[in-house]
Amino acid sequence: MTITSLPAPAQAPATPAQHTEELGLRESATFDRATIADIQRAAATGVYDIRGWGAKRKVPHFDDLLFLGASMSRYPLEGYREKCDTDVVLGDRHASRPLHLQTPVTIAGMSFGALSANAKEALGRGASEVGTSTTTGDGGMTPEERGQSKHLVYQYLPSRYGMNPDDLRKADAIEIVLGQGAKPGGGGMLLGQKITERVAGMRTLPVGIDQRSASRHPDWTGPDDLEIKIGELREITDWKTPIYVKIGASRPYYDTALAVKAGADVVVVDGMQGGTAATQQVFIENVGIPTLAAIPQAVQALQELGVHRKVQLIVSGGIRTGADVAKAMALGADAVAIGTAALIALGDNDPRYAAEYAALGSAAGYYDDFQDGRDPAGITTQDPELSSRLDPVEGGRRLANYLRVLTMEAQTIARACGKSHLHNLEPEDLVALTIEASAMARVPLAGTSWIPGAK
Amino acid sequence: MVTLTAPETSTDTNAEAAQHAASTDSFSVDLAGSPVRELNQALHNAVDGQSWTVANPEGKHSLAVGIDARVSVTINGHAGYYAAGMHQKGDVTINGNAGVGLAENIMSGRVHVKGDASQSAAATGHGGLVVIDGNASARCGISMKGVDIVVGGNIGHMSAFMAQAGRLVVCGDAGEALGDSIYEARIYVKGTVASLGADCIEKPLKEEHLAELGELLAAAGRTDNPADFKRYGSARNLYHFSVHNSTSY
Repeated sequence: MTITSLPAPAQAPATPAQHTEELGLRESATFDRATIADIQRAAATGVYDIRGWGAKRKVPHFDDLLFLGASMSRYPLEGYREKCDTDVVLGDRHASRPLHLQTPVTIAGMSFGALSANAKEALGRGASEVGTSTTTGDGGMTPEERGQSKHLVYQYLPSRYGMNPDDLRKADAIEIVLGQGAKPGGGGMLLGQKITERVAGMRTLPVGIDQRSASRHPDWTGPDDLEIKIGELREITDWKTPIYVKIGASRPYYDTALAVKAGADVVVVDGMQGGTAATQQVFIENVGIPTLAAIPQAVQALQELGVHRKVQLIVSGGIRTGADVAKAMALGADAVAIGTAALIALGDNDPRYAAEYAALGSAAGYYDDFQDGRDPAGITTQDPELSSRLDPVEGGRRLANYLRVLTMEAQTIARACGKSHLHNLEPEDLVALTIEASAMARVPLAGTSWIPGAK
Repeated sequence: MVTLTAPETSTDTNAEAAQHAASTDSFSVDLAGSPVRELNQALHNAVDGQSWTVANPEGKHSLAVGIDARVSVTINGHAGYYAAGMHQKGDVTINGNAGVGLAENIMSGRVHVKGDASQSAAATGHGGLVVIDGNASARCGISMKGVDIVVGGNIGHMSAFMAQAGRLVVCGDAGEALGDSIYEARIYVKGTVASLGADCIEKPLKEEHLAELGELLAAAGRTDNPADFKRYGSARNLYHFSVHNSTSY
């Protein structure tokens, strides 16, 4: 959020912040400054706060896990000499044309509309350069995106904006979206500032309205219908195209099992730290579970059905480093997806725009008003002048660099654990630093053999 | 945006189909002996002008989905979910009832059901014409994006929910919450409306509306008088977030 909507005081009192502690002032843990600002903002505007980004609260995460590494009983691989493969095949359960990616780090669904055309093109360029996939969003497939993306996943969302069989047949995979981690149970949202003529045309909406899209699919309800719906999409694409089912992490054990039974080739589980372009803050911060808690539940469902590694699992929500990639995969994921981190790689929240973030009532590192369309970095906007700040070729190069770093970091850890492929990482390679992370990730607390809740 | 199949066009197609009835451009498929997959694959490989007759559909799902050629398909019996899903260009006629999601996301062409249709008929359709001679269940025309729908009988609750574009014509009665959160689609109902959804209001029936309604009825092969209908559409009060609308959501 920003505080720009608050009425400015007639004369700002000069309170030197560095004196508050010296004066012995105590900040409330319950009513901290961000909470106070939220209450003031609500009182001033009468509307709940809508923002981008995922959950900002601190939750147990990959930071709370460590790898054990090789020693006496495990042999490490030579860092720059012995092979550690990173490729992954997605969708070979039922589809005759599965995806074969060179790195397990994919790009999550983000719409043209939420993002500028240049940003979408940059994502396509960066992903294609390293042989991974990118994903459309709630608003259809653009020719630029299709053209620049070697592997393009086409999202099938409740709104069906821009959905058409021609693009469906052009897609390398179809992702049926039931929800996203930032808002399991919520529909899309795109405010009027970003509904330009082109965006409105693609979505069949009046220009400039506040779009609130549906949260339920219009022509199916529940797992039994989903099975029939998947059957229809397979028939339309002649059983060639892999079909993913994406769920926001809430009940991942049951949702994963039901997605498998409905016939999914791939299950995508997005934790609560996963980003959004525009959602109510109360939704982002209070609905859904952390990524760390979701993975073991999804993996358990796959294992019990005997399809772990056959129905692939893609995990997203808070992936930042190669260590996060390796930890997600050690817990049983086949691949991961990044959204927020990819935007940061393109230039989102770059300190070079500090003055402009300040003018918007925010700061580099805090900017989350993606719904406003005034992004100084030219990413979450439809403004032509702002969009032109992002060079899609240069942005693509930065993203490709970042994806290479993620992949090499994950390899570094995998070799240290003696693994010749990222997929060979396993829960036994991990320990937890906190009791909470231990219970959620189902790996022992470091230095003990204790997993809270394990039978 | 809106593709209306003019009556003369469909007459031509029928004549053409009849002409080729005995030629190699005419095919019969019996689903009692062959799988749906073979039917759909054959229809995807089909070329303009071919006609197909499907026997023993027995309520099977995903019949004749993804058609992308000017072919004519007649299904003799009941169809399950998603019959003629994502339809383009051709004509599909169902001599029976249709299940959930009839002609969902139709882009162009024409789909005609002689019986009743279940929920979400023509959901999210972007173009083309869907004709249902009988009744349609709940959510008929949900999220419609340019399709034209003509229903001879009644429609169920929450029909034309979030309807964005296109025309929905109902010759019978409409159920609860018609046109809830509607955008720019236009609804014509001859009978009663149980209730209107949020932001949907009755609007004046002007000359231009009588004219388009007349065309739609004719395209559906109906003889109803356009003047007997009422028109409904968006009040456009909920297009923008406003504190004052909080009780409407």
